[in-house]
Amino acid sequence: MLLYIRKILMLSFFVFTSPFVQAELNIEITGGTESATPIAVVPFGGGSPVNLANVISEDLKNSGYFRPLPEADMLSKPTTEAGVDYRTWQALGQEYLVVGQAVGNYTVQFELFTVVKGQKMLAYQFPPVTANNLRKVAHIIADKIFEKITGRKGVFDTKIAYVTTAGSNGKKIYRLQVADADGQNPKTIASSSYPLMSPTWSADGSKISYVSFETKRSAIYVQTLATGQRQKIASFPGINGAPAFSPDGSQLAVTLSKDGSPNIYVLDINSQSLRRITQGNAIDTEPVWSPDGGSIVFTSDRGGKPQLYKVSSQGGAAKRITFKGAYNARASFSNDGQKIAMVHGNGGSFKIAVLDVASGAMDVLTEGGSDESPSFASNGTMVLYAARHNGREILKAVSTDGKVQLRLPFDGGEVRDPAWSP
Amino acid sequence: MNLSFNKLALALALTTLLMSGCSSTDDKDAGFTDENTAGSGVQTSGTGDNALSGSELGGSNGGGANGYGSDGMGGAGGGPDGTKTIYFMYDSSQVMEEFVPVIAAHARSLKSNSGQHVIVEGHADERGSREYNIALSEQRAKAVKRMLTMQGAQDSQIEVVSYGEEKPASDGHDESAWQLNRRAVLDYQNR
Repeated sequence: MLLYIRKILMLSFFVFTSPFVQAELNIEITGGTESATPIAVVPFGGGSPVNLANVISEDLKNSGYFRPLPEADMLSKPTTEAGVDYRTWQALGQEYLVVGQAVGNYTVQFELFTVVKGQKMLAYQFPPVTANNLRKVAHIIADKIFEKITGRKGVFDTKIAYVTTAGSNGKKIYRLQVADADGQNPKTIASSSYPLMSPTWSADGSKISYVSFETKRSAIYVQTLATGQRQKIASFPGINGAPAFSPDGSQLAVTLSKDGSPNIYVLDINSQSLRRITQGNAIDTEPVWSPDGGSIVFTSDRGGKPQLYKVSSQGGAAKRITFKGAYNARASFSNDGQKIAMVHGNGGSFKIAVLDVASGAMDVLTEGGSDESPSFASNGTMVLYAARHNGREILKAVSTDGKVQLRLPFDGGEVRDPAWSP
Repeated sequence: MNLSFNKLALALALTTLLMSGCSSTDDKDAGFTDENTAGSGVQTSGTGDNALSGSELGGSNGGGANGYGSDGMGGAGGGPDGTKTIYFMYDSSQVMEEFVPVIAAHARSLKSNSGQHVIVEGHADERGSREYNIALSEQRAKAVKRMLTMQGAQDSQIEVVSYGEEKPASDGHDESAWQLNRRAVLDYQNR
């Protein structure tokens, strides 16, 4: 008994005093960058404690669109236009060049050049920022470079939410985390010994709604990220699941089974008034709003197997929209409303597929196995999803053309249920 | 200060209970249990600089100390002939014939003991999407509840909770694990 008490004291000491080191997601490119555009991001001048050029290079590389030149291969390291000799960079086969510096505490400026044409494309100076905002500035620079060259908005200065689990069965700790899109700066916004699931972002990125079983029954919460304040939105008898913010943020589409079978409802966040959208005895769940707010796409097994259906957000008759494969579920809309990513099951394997809404054409993007929970990047270039790798749940991402594949390894347990912020 | 001392005391007390009840618990597991009990229910926080301090909200249910290990066969809880788990086919909530007599025995037990209360937990295997599995597992639990009430148990005696794929009985990733995870578990209360 004494031995136990000593053990307990030691354990308690460990638990209560050990600094809480949060494991980070990293990003590995696992395929499809052969056609990437060469770009040189020269180490920034000045005294930034963050390696800005490195953050920018990693962002651009992980988009799959760019192949940054290793620093070791650079023959010169200009920090302003005055030091740029285009011929040097042409000889190195580069198409674009980025130089910059962080002066004082810290005023960051950068310039982007097309090496081929020998012209400046972009020059920008940021208002002074503190050291802890330098990574953010680097992500914004990567966004500006990406948009200038590709014509699409960058998503480097965005966030991802996901659920981690650690511990063995029956003693698991579930953590809802929010990290930068490159996996850095993870913050735990909720933790529980009961399941947490289905995080989803409000369109302005200020709130996350999720499902928690902390009372041993499911309930839907809305949490404000800046303050950590949260509100219990739905805790009806039965299922309270699959929340999705309306585009204007005033309503949540949810799955409730309080009236019998799981059906889709729309809940007004302020008034708490509830509007039933679907009827019937089948499973209806996983609602998502079209970006214009006019319709809701959801999973239903009303036809025997799970397929995606579309219904007006005012309710009414639902129309089936997926026809290929025995299992299509968990829709995620692209921001322009033209594409829907989903879990596509066929022959016991679950893959991520993308439906072109207008044509009805379906592209399968992943090799599959147990891929699930797809979430579109707001610029529509990538889909983040959960997968199994060597028996562990991890996050992966794939470009919407299926060419670029990323893996986000995590050594802090299992990761699932990713949601990419607006 | 007072609060954190109470939390510590609670954690110590619960840990002592756990460890005396299960002397083979190794250090690593006990560590997780410790963290569990210290953070019973849920802890939430913002993403600001104070994010790691968190604020404790709700959840006075003793965290994971009670675990979920009761879904096997036998043990306390009073299920007829000890079987409290009903298994299902893939993507199905239809009760298989071999479990009809099992459920009938539970129904008889509930009927003859009207003070008895049972939670029917529905579960799914990991394949497919998580929220769909929550719905599927609720249908499994409800199918069991329906059979119980049709055979004389009172509606008020039975509560249905669906966990989807979130609480697997087996952590494996093959059919042998999945068939153990596609289940409804009768968890008798008020013992």
